[in-house]
Amino acid sequence: MGIVSPGFQGRPRTQEPALPPGQYLTEDFPVLSAGPTPRVPLDTWEFVIAAENGSEHRWSWQELMALPQETPMVDIHCVTRWSKLGTNWQGVSLDTLLADVDTGAHFALAHSYGGYTTNLPLDDLRGGRAWVVHTFDGAPLPAEHGGPARLLVPHLYFWKSAKWVRGLRLKTMDEPGFWETAGYHDYGDPWREQRYQGD
Amino acid sequence: MATSKPPRTANRWQVARLVERRVETRTAQTLVLEVPDWPGHLPGQHVDLRLTAPDGYQAARSYSIAGPVVDGPGGPRVEVTVQRVHDGEVSPYLIDVFGDGDPLEVRGPLGGWFIWRPEETAPVQLVAGGSGIVPLMAMIRARRAAGSKVPFRLIYSVRTPSDVIYADELRRRVRDDFGLDIAYVYTREAPEGWRGEPHRIGLADVNTHGWPPDLQPLTYVCGPTAFVETVADLLVGLGHPSRQVKTERFGPTG
Repeated sequence: MGIVSPGFQGRPRTQEPALPPGQYLTEDFPVLSAGPTPRVPLDTWEFVIAAENGSEHRWSWQELMALPQETPMVDIHCVTRWSKLGTNWQGVSLDTLLADVDTGAHFALAHSYGGYTTNLPLDDLRGGRAWVVHTFDGAPLPAEHGGPARLLVPHLYFWKSAKWVRGLRLKTMDEPGFWETAGYHDYGDPWREQRYQGD
Repeated sequence: MATSKPPRTANRWQVARLVERRVETRTAQTLVLEVPDWPGHLPGQHVDLRLTAPDGYQAARSYSIAGPVVDGPGGPRVEVTVQRVHDGEVSPYLIDVFGDGDPLEVRGPLGGWFIWRPEETAPVQLVAGGSGIVPLMAMIRARRAAGSKVPFRLIYSVRTPSDVIYADELRRRVRDDFGLDIAYVYTREAPEGWRGEPHRIGLADVNTHGWPPDLQPLTYVCGPTAFVETVADLLVGLGHPSRQVKTERFGPTG
């Protein structure tokens, strides 16, 4: 336990649902980005998975929409300490997108329109735990929240759920992404409170 | 290796105490904290502050650092400016209850992207919405402290004249800090003698009071989400490359 700050009580503890340590609940949907919001036209949008052997799998917007769609309802946790419970999305599971990709890679570097990158273990994108989503609460995902499509990896801090996602580069060696290079944790498990390097 | 000191890491929590408080506006105050083992920071970085209640309950929030570290008799001093969030859990405590000499926990500095290095030579434009001025003020103060001659332009959007944080200091600096220009945008109520109507920031404000893209300025935009979205879009529309526009958005951080 830390040192007590005299007179600090905090919010009532009773009815709070289980949140990862250090998080608080919000009903809003805050935005965190490092730069201007890219605007990506759907007719040139594409999603590309590049395997470590150089082979590429590509989907246009129409092709993504033609794949089996899932509607995950998940809790999301931002490293800036807000958590939002029961969010509703629609998109395509990474299991579907990775199904025909021949790879022995252990890592993925997600990259986005606008230049953002974030790294994840490839295993964390499998097993029904990750999606490319295009719809939030029944409506097209707004650009400031990552539309036309973003990654959704809700079991990790939300910066891993790359907005404006454009593709994955599969890698045999881990390569830190944008925030990871700027001092944030390489893995980012909210339940272990892995916010910054060394946590 | 048992005898070597552990490396000082920014993510270790340490106890800090309040040594000074300055009222900035009706809703914002600057807290000066004495942080004995502070490793130093760059303008634009933030700290996490953590409060602990008697039953062990903890709440932590991030706050932008408002200026360069200052050497005090009891060690380094770091200041943050806290804007009261209505119904917030942390900011009302820090403003109303947290007293002189009281402890809390600090870790930092944090954030390695929204920073300005005083050795940079490109012109700088700063665009602040409300309490988004805080990390930008840290850059303005650091510029002077480092003797930098880099030209700075600040566009500062506030609701009313009484909402200007650091108002006196900004008046003084625009007179004394050579190469610093400041333009205000008032959204609800403008001061006496102000030309024009209160309005939300728009293309003309950014175009008139910022730097043209040909000068390849570094741009820092900080404020509420809608404000940052608007300004960043305007800047990109004016031809500033996205990678030269760094943004920090304030969500609810009560």
